[in-house]
Amino acid sequence: MEAQFLIAGFGGQGVLLIGQLLAKAAMHDGMNVSWMPSYGPEMRGGEANCAVVISDEPIGSPLVTEPPIAVIMNKPSMLKFAPTMEQGGLMLYNSSLIDIEPDRKDITAVAIDCNGIAEKLGNARTANMVMLGAIIQRTGVISIDSAMEALKATFGPKKEHLLPINRAAMEAGAEAAK
Amino acid sequence: MGQKMLMKGNEAIAEAAIQAGCRFFFGYPITPQNQIPEYMSKRMPKVEGGCFLQAESEVAAINMVYGAAGAGARVMTSSSSPGISLKQEGISYIVGAELPCVIVNMVRGGPGLGSIQPAQSDYYQSTRGGGHGDYRMLVLAPSSVQEAVELTQQAFDLADKYRNPVLVMGDGLIGQMMEPVEMPEYVKPELPEKTWAATGWKPGCGRERAVINSLYIDPSVLEQHNRKLFAKYAVMEREECRWQEEMTDDADFVIVAYGTTARIARSAMRKLRDKGIKAGLIRPITLWPFPNAPIQKAAEHAKAFLTVEMSMGQMVDDVRLAVNGKKPVEFYGRTGGIVPTVREIVEQIENMAKEAK
Amino acid sequence: MAVVYEKTKLLTDKPLHYCPGCTHGIIHRLVAEALDELGVQDKTIGVAPVGCAVFAYDYFNCDMMEAAHGRAPAVATGCKRVNPNNVVFTYQGDGDLASIGAAEITHAATRGENITVIFVNNAIYGMTGGQMAPTTLPGQVTTTSPYGRDTNHCGYPIRVSEMLATLDGPAYIARVSVHDVKHIMEAKKAIKKAFQLQIEGKGFTMVEVLSSCPTNWGMTPQEALKWLQENMIPQYPLGVKKEKEAE
Repeated sequence: MEAQFLIAGFGGQGVLLIGQLLAKAAMHDGMNVSWMPSYGPEMRGGEANCAVVISDEPIGSPLVTEPPIAVIMNKPSMLKFAPTMEQGGLMLYNSSLIDIEPDRKDITAVAIDCNGIAEKLGNARTANMVMLGAIIQRTGVISIDSAMEALKATFGPKKEHLLPINRAAMEAGAEAAK
Repeated sequence: MGQKMLMKGNEAIAEAAIQAGCRFFFGYPITPQNQIPEYMSKRMPKVEGGCFLQAESEVAAINMVYGAAGAGARVMTSSSSPGISLKQEGISYIVGAELPCVIVNMVRGGPGLGSIQPAQSDYYQSTRGGGHGDYRMLVLAPSSVQEAVELTQQAFDLADKYRNPVLVMGDGLIGQMMEPVEMPEYVKPELPEKTWAATGWKPGCGRERAVINSLYIDPSVLEQHNRKLFAKYAVMEREECRWQEEMTDDADFVIVAYGTTARIARSAMRKLRDKGIKAGLIRPITLWPFPNAPIQKAAEHAKAFLTVEMSMGQMVDDVRLAVNGKKPVEFYGRTGGIVPTVREIVEQIENMAKEAK
Repeated sequence: MAVVYEKTKLLTDKPLHYCPGCTHGIIHRLVAEALDELGVQDKTIGVAPVGCAVFAYDYFNCDMMEAAHGRAPAVATGCKRVNPNNVVFTYQGDGDLASIGAAEITHAATRGENITVIFVNNAIYGMTGGQMAPTTLPGQVTTTSPYGRDTNHCGYPIRVSEMLATLDGPAYIARVSVHDVKHIMEAKKAIKKAFQLQIEGKGFTMVEVLSSCPTNWGMTPQEALKWLQENMIPQYPLGVKKEKEAE
């Protein structure tokens, strides 16, 4: 089993965190994982993306150049990465900020109203966790429980009070992706 | 082994160094290795006797390393290609004065400012000395974050053992990537005492006056010194050469690749095997000394070799020297920060297989 | 019989290689005497430069390091950070310190690095055969300013002590000269004070010593001392340039 993700959006949308939680949770589940961020001047321009590979075999390239699974949080990323996707791939995109559909007929595209759902739950900053819930629902590579364990470790005791709202966001995202 | 943690290569290297007893770090910011000095600046003040100092330049940083190593400390610096070029002066002096230290190079594209993306184009510089004069450094090339941790710790021991700098050579990808790491419990091996260090002396204190120096103005004395250094390198060549072989026993086509590129080559090798092409992989872990033995052995039965690098072809020279004309040695490389893909490597070997028929 | 003159134990028996009339020998002795009087031989680490004093590691009878050209303050920094109880000094000439090593000296000073710098300024590159230094006087003839230093073409000499005195880091900066006995005695006092302050942990200290180079200036030793007094001191006024208030 090998799952390759490309997760892209604006800096500040928490796309790197989505990737890290995926990788951390899968690592705790006993899988081989890698997480590779884009780095350099494009970061300063506000774009952020990372590649995550989860596999039961040793991981070769940690780069994902033709993503079988793309997680797209904003419109520029849609325009940039939709053409690079593998045939038959899965795209999850944030329809709150993307008013177009991917220009590809050979992939499955799933629209998730990440920001809308997060706002309804009362914390707009959990839009990335809504998306993580949708990823979990659609790919099954990790469970919400293991994602929550990873989030708990990432947050530490200071932010522990934020765990329930993040769980709610993941669950709502999973529901929306059904 | 401790608990598995997801760590960035750069941070894992820094922590591994501290675990191995490194207490002094001197560095200067440059992408893509900034997480090493950043991590050190956070951790060192919390470690007993730990000192992180941001130097005014790469040149100053390596000379601070010289001073600290000369005083007997475990010391490290890190940089990326352009910064490593600046450090070459100091590295040459450190070798000449026979001081142990660890230098990390997270290689980026060149020449000049080049790019900040991963590259392997500092192979010549690293394996042929790099600075002025006749010298060698042990060059360790990890291909995973876990291996980066282990090699960093070994680098300190090797540096002390040989009184010579050791270079840990990664690339932007090894430095920036996060992978699971188990931090090994560091056990210091038996190493010679640093009786040569400059720590304060007076007549009758039980040792000779320490002079940390690379100047030998008398040609015959300098020649003697160089012979002594090369006798050390001969021991390194005999005892420290490391590599990993996969499926080379029956391989018709042997890929030679190191670091990041070797990971991709391994995936390509598996794909080729699935397609019925007998591919194998030799991954040098020490770039100097270069693992000639497994290549010479494979040259007995393999049809051809393919060297894959993120450069225009540097290590391929060493592969050709090892193969010594017995079999064809092809090269495939990408540069500028572009990482070769599995598909590209598979295509190269498929073409070679067609030609061999 | 009373001993009226004795070799200091901080100098080895190795004969100095310096040219006849060169004042490096005097300055070596002043540094050695100061360290001896402070009783810190067993704690002292000296860092030798590249330049005429390159072999200083053969002369100072203490642990020594030889640095690359200009890098002595960085080497001293690494050394001092490892063993803060050591007394660490650099001994550098004007080309080494004020030209190729301008960055290292400036940053060691601004960090308040707890080391002592002995800066020997003779307005010329001696070891390499008399080329123009960053401290060469306007109009001064050297092998690379054969028509005299033209300030329109290659700028002005640097007053290092005054420049570094503008920084907050240094604890003590003084300029002294060794052209006569009176000034030699003053130089000794300044050097000893600098080491004393380092021992007390006060921070960066530097003593700039105006020195002569009869060989490359093309003068007799006596003429050179006179030239130093008449030409260098007006360009490089003597005195304490920086002294941190006692805390």
